[in-house]
Amino acid sequence: MRDKADYARKGIARGRSCVALQYAGGILLVAPNPSSALHKISEIYDRIGFAAVGRYNEYENLRKAGVTYADITGYQFDRHDVTARGIANWYAQTLGTIFTESPKPFEVEIVVAEVGASPSDDQIYRITFDGSVTDEPGFVAFGGQADQVSAALKERYSDDMSLSEAFAAALSALSAGGNGERTEFAAAQLEVAILDRARDHRTFRRIRAARLEELLAEARPAPAAEASSDTAPAGDTPSDTPPSGIAPGTPAPPSSTGPSSPSSPPDSDPPTGPAPGGSDRGGGLGGGSPL
Amino acid sequence: MGSYFDGSQPGPFGGDPRASGRGQGASGGTPSGFLGLQTSSFTDFLASHSPGLLPGGVVPTAPADPDPRAPGSGLQPVRDLPHATTIVAAICDGGVVLAGDRRATAGNMIAKRDVEKVFRSDEFSGMGYAGTGSVGIEFVRLFQVELEHYEKMEGRSLSLEGKANRLAFMVRGNLGAAMQGLVVVPLFVGYDEDGGQGRIFSYDVAGGPYEEQRFYSIGSGSLFARGALKKLYADGMQAADAVLACVQALYDAADDDSATGGPDLPRRIFPVVATITADGFRKLPEAEAAQVAEQVIRERLANPDGPQAALRNG
Repeated sequence: MRDKADYARKGIARGRSCVALQYAGGILLVAPNPSSALHKISEIYDRIGFAAVGRYNEYENLRKAGVTYADITGYQFDRHDVTARGIANWYAQTLGTIFTESPKPFEVEIVVAEVGASPSDDQIYRITFDGSVTDEPGFVAFGGQADQVSAALKERYSDDMSLSEAFAAALSALSAGGNGERTEFAAAQLEVAILDRARDHRTFRRIRAARLEELLAEARPAPAAEASSDTAPAGDTPSDTPPSGIAPGTPAPPSSTGPSSPSSPPDSDPPTGPAPGGSDRGGGLGGGSPL
Repeated sequence: MGSYFDGSQPGPFGGDPRASGRGQGASGGTPSGFLGLQTSSFTDFLASHSPGLLPGGVVPTAPADPDPRAPGSGLQPVRDLPHATTIVAAICDGGVVLAGDRRATAGNMIAKRDVEKVFRSDEFSGMGYAGTGSVGIEFVRLFQVELEHYEKMEGRSLSLEGKANRLAFMVRGNLGAAMQGLVVVPLFVGYDEDGGQGRIFSYDVAGGPYEEQRFYSIGSGSLFARGALKKLYADGMQAADAVLACVQALYDAADDDSATGGPDLPRRIFPVVATITADGFRKLPEAEAAQVAEQVIRERLANPDGPQAALRNG
């Protein structure tokens, strides 16, 4: 049993860390991920997101199972009856059984997050390889050098941040992980998504392309921010103001595709599937594990 | 509920190869929880895991000896077309319009005045149905979950043809129940992003789909609605005009079919109208639908049979 635990821990620590944190407009999920097709962060249900670290095929399996569990619960009862707590408990049962009864434990750590009507209703749960669940209010870092990233995140986290501030905090914490060397992330090396409190129905949105570039630019020190002003749409808040100046309601840049939603200004690109002119068609199931 | 603790397979990779099969039933097989699933189709998953949740409920079987003293206990073949509604669809410039009336009848009684029969299936598609209300609602819900489930599993949404095919499978799966009287026939419309145009798909009781050009209608009032649209429809008409044409067609259907309801001004109950374009599915807010319906009624005060088509072209 102890060998299994050590084995799983080692596997999880080998990869990169991932962070989830609350901000004023919802919950932000950030993971270093060089692949654009294989996702660590995904949608489970209307207000519930999933993020994982570890062995890709294992957590991908768990992701699909979680989606199925959520969909069947929502169908049998009602959409409002699907909760992160229920899903987290289900993952705990599943992972616990796997840990006890299987010769090889799953080398995964999972976070299930649910965005509420207000920040006090948000929930973030972390489930480890042996089925332990913990409630992680505010923020959580997991996988890789989780302790270091968590400490760095704790310094930078505060309640009611804007999306830009939250992203900057996440980026900074992730860059700090790993022996004091700072890693610079480009947009193509990051997987970023939000659960947008203001949206109706499905709140999960991936942040990609131009919108991600904007956030990266805002998160970096001032000189780099001027270069990004070209990507800002006409009439938008100038992007060379400090990160705290950009409100979550900033309209999406013109290159972002997708239907305009009357309920809230699109904060980011629409989710993977139905984006017209869809850049993300054909999600491949590859063998590569983006640890 | 199909978790690991339902006493089935202990192993983690208990990917029961039968889990993706059809109609194995939850009672006989051993569902392996949800790990190792082979299918991204929610309907297929239900068929193997919980067939009782499929529309129509139970797996229908024909009774060996129908009791002549209990009419309806034997399998009744479907004699009449699907009933008690009118749903119209019309392709417009840049999309498609879908509209439905609000009446549900039980025999000669009006069972409900404000039924919604037009629904969003996903961002770029919608469906209306004719037939048994409760089973129709299940269809709508199941289809919504089917499309969303596929999208979440695969990371992309189905093509419009794929969606139309999945709906055909669902209709086919309901054939047994349909033959016992629980008929549901959908009308499916969507915006095809690849072609940049709206498309319409119809079905019969045993499935389909049949792609329809220009406009179509289903339900007890469909013949009257189609006749009206024949004279009102123009290729490439703008969405606003297509909406007006659809509401005129529904009015004509209500005029001649007792099972189709016209606009109810005192109660402010109007046809449900939706447009699907590159901007997605949009249900007209009540105020807008009211405006169109009131315009139609105003004009009918002068011309009760509606706009008169030109007798000769040119």
